[in-house]
Amino acid sequence: MDKKNIKEIEKEMKLANKGLSEKEKTLFSDARPKTVRPLNKYLEKFLNWARAESLWILGFGTGCGAIELRPLMTARYDMFRYGIAPRPTPRQSCVFVIGGYASMKTIKRIVRSYEQMQGPKFVIALGSCTINGGMYYDSYNTINRIDHYIPVDIYIAGCMPRPESLIAGFDKLKEKIKANECDGMNKYVENFDWYKKNQKRVIKDWNMPDYNW
Amino acid sequence: MKQLLNRIKDKIEIEFLKQRDDLYFINVEEKHIIFLLSYLKEQEEFTHLSFLQAVDYNEYNMFQLTYMLYNYETKVNLGIKVIIDREKSEMTSIHKLWPHAWQFQRELHELYGINFPGSPRVNESFVLEGWEEIPPMRRDFDTKKYSEKTFYQRPGRYTKNPKDYMKEKLYKNFVEPPKIRRKDDE
Ligand code: SF4
Repeated sequence: MDKKNIKEIEKEMKLANKGLSEKEKTLFSDARPKTVRPLNKYLEKFLNWARAESLWILGFGTGCGAIELRPLMTARYDMFRYGIAPRPTPRQSCVFVIGGYASMKTIKRIVRSYEQMQGPKFVIALGSCTINGGMYYDSYNTINRIDHYIPVDIYIAGCMPRPESLIAGFDKLKEKIKANECDGMNKYVENFDWYKKNQKRVIKDWNMPDYNW
Repeated sequence: MKQLLNRIKDKIEIEFLKQRDDLYFINVEEKHIIFLLSYLKEQEEFTHLSFLQAVDYNEYNMFQLTYMLYNYETKVNLGIKVIIDREKSEMTSIHKLWPHAWQFQRELHELYGINFPGSPRVNESFVLEGWEEIPPMRRDFDTKKYSEKTFYQRPGRYTKNPKDYMKEKLYKNFVEPPKIRRKDDE
């Protein structure tokens, strides 16, 4: 391969950031996200155990299902005994609980927050609205399948699911993490263009960088 | 309340409907609306605008706007209904009477496409960012079709008639009640 070819390929690998103005383009990164390979087997196993026992959820309730997170935090269900704690910002959290329907306005914020979270990150989708649109399947404003926009590890069915089923969902997530099956972050990177295409189809005024570091 | 209505009737023509002891509705023409609202606000103590709402009657080619006022003294709700043309879909802005009305008007502008010239920030998007179709709350907008076109459907959704399904699931030995008792049912 000669030099020119490599440059062209490099240019293709860069993100276009079309939604930004010329001045803003200099402020944001245009590199693509990269896949993260696991470390050696035993170390990874240990890390997965540690990750599974301390899940920090992002306190971002997107729909009516988010109301079930409150009883989960308080004395009756008390999620802290399972090692689950709420965090205020995406930078500090590793589990994103999509609390029900995502409207066109919210999906933009969901994508932004999801991309800002540090890996390894997991997504729990709550309620039938995130699975197939639920009772808002014919609404002009509600995203029908959340897994076409961000990768989802666990679905919890119900409208809305009770805190018990949420706890069951978290248990399942722990099992999956320990078995090293939660690879949503790498899936997102590998199918990055497909996810972006779907996202841009509904987010029509795209005025943020293509990948929010 | 009766006196109040008489006082209004002296000045302009209205139609009037009593729904409850504390809920009344007045139908008024479009040209009188600013006069009536400011009269009610300044003279009759209807100082609170609870909401401003629109209904789309596309078969009659009109929008109906409802201004809901509240009187803290007498605890009476009073709705003022105005009919405006659907083609033109333009209405006088009332943000000078109640400053918070700009938010309602912005919402109506986005969801129904009713314009309020002069209202602050009326062209900014409210919940739909980057909307390109006709305003979604207009009744000729087909929301199911739009949803099928824009979003991805998960296959496997089916519907059952709730009446039959309940009967089948819960009341297997259900006996129909005698026909005579149900006069409204065929
Ligand atoms: S599944 Fe039900 S409770 Fe959950 S967001 Fe949808 S409508 Fe609300």
